[in-house]
Amino acid sequence: MKPKILLSEKKVTAILKRLCHQLIERHGDFSNSILIGMQPRGVLLLDQIIRLLKEEDIREIKYGKLDVTFFRDDFRRKEKPLNANSTEMNEMVEGKKVVFIDDVLFTGRSIRSALTAIDTYGRPKSIELLVLVDRRFSRHLPIQPDYLGAQIDAIQGDRVRVVWSKGSIKCLVYLEEKINE
Amino acid sequence: MNKLTVPHLLGIKYLQIEDLKLIFKTASQFKEIINRPIKKVPSLRDITIANLFFENSTRTKLSFELAEKRLSADVINMSVGQSSISKGETLTDTVKNILAMKVDMIVIRHPHPGAAHFLSNQVNNCSIINAGDGTHEHPSQALLDAYSLIEKLGNLKGKKIAILGDILHSRVALSNIYALKMLGANVKLCAPKSLIPKNIDSLGVTISDDLMYVLNWCDAVNVLRVQNERMDINYFPSNREYNQNFGINKQTLEKLRKKIVILHPGPINRGVEISSEVADSDNTIILDQVENGVAIRMAIIFLLGSQIKISA
Repeated sequence: MKPKILLSEKKVTAILKRLCHQLIERHGDFSNSILIGMQPRGVLLLDQIIRLLKEEDIREIKYGKLDVTFFRDDFRRKEKPLNANSTEMNEMVEGKKVVFIDDVLFTGRSIRSALTAIDTYGRPKSIELLVLVDRRFSRHLPIQPDYLGAQIDAIQGDRVRVVWSKGSIKCLVYLEEKINE
Repeated sequence: MNKLTVPHLLGIKYLQIEDLKLIFKTASQFKEIINRPIKKVPSLRDITIANLFFENSTRTKLSFELAEKRLSADVINMSVGQSSISKGETLTDTVKNILAMKVDMIVIRHPHPGAAHFLSNQVNNCSIINAGDGTHEHPSQALLDAYSLIEKLGNLKGKKIAILGDILHSRVALSNIYALKMLGANVKLCAPKSLIPKNIDSLGVTISDDLMYVLNWCDAVNVLRVQNERMDINYFPSNREYNQNFGINKQTLEKLRKKIVILHPGPINRGVEISSEVADSDNTIILDQVENGVAIRMAIIFLLGSQIKISA
């Protein structure tokens, strides 16, 4: 079945701009804030947010890329083994305002893992969550975004995919429907 | 690939090149973790690991225990001196009793070659890690040696690596040969003829007893300890003579045309195979090996642990 487009390129561009303005509203010049992209796909969103913030004249943005594989709660519970990505955290998070950035918020388990993982770098002053897409009604844990791109209702088994084309802002959000086997 | 091809780590001989690459990749991620302010991850919190050391060990035992604790596993330790082995209990009985306590993984060091292999046939849904079996293999040491070399020299394909010292009694040598050959390195052994095992050249290595020639040839040299405890006869006249012909000191290094990397798996016999000056110089990566050892062992335990089924 052909995937359905949920958010067009134009809409994603507008959403990203809005999210950046919301970030600026709360974080000012970002001097005490760190943006943290979730590996692997949240990092692509992080790159776009940083690019847009720089266009808004925010010069010094501290950021990191966090992989939560070793902190996940489904280790040994899946047929497919977990595959870790690299972590790049060059900033101390102690006393800082942290913003987690991910593309799709689904069960909330990755974010729960990230909350444990970030503790290994110190105690942040606060932690917020920014997502491009929130899949409502699919949460396993009481985790909600602070900055939200769009809310999408998709049934269990459907897959929401955020596809970034390389080198430019182009981004599409697809819905791939569940295939009955 | 993100899964090992084996359920146990018994020796490098049983691994594929993909396994080595996966272990190195995972170890790099753990190396980042052990440099964080809080060096612990919760991955293996529901796994229990028994460290059975039927032979003395400092580095390997501490390194395994640290790796296990950094992965949040529960750890129990047994050393031969304080156990019922001295009352005549067999290896199988000891292990069966330990397994009855619901242990998921066993790290074993044993003076008899093949002990880990033997155990792996006796257990079910439990991973065995060989931490050295007699003069046979010491896979985790070879993996950390190769990892440290790659960090220092880059891809080992075509690199010239020498192994110097007591090859005959060394499990590190055999595991190193397997690992280095698999990674495409050229390996040359250097030792008194009495300390070179028969037919070792069938593993694709060359042999020489000319230290200066070998040091000038190689990019890195792995210096092995003379294992006096395993020598029931005299393989060379005296430590002094060994040192004169096969020991590395400051003067030896000064005579070389280039700077070489020196590894040593420890423990060092200072003044026998290597002088104190050299051991503490910037040629050596001995302490890098120790640091990488924890990361490599975390990777091995994590990857094997991911294959253990959850018991209901």
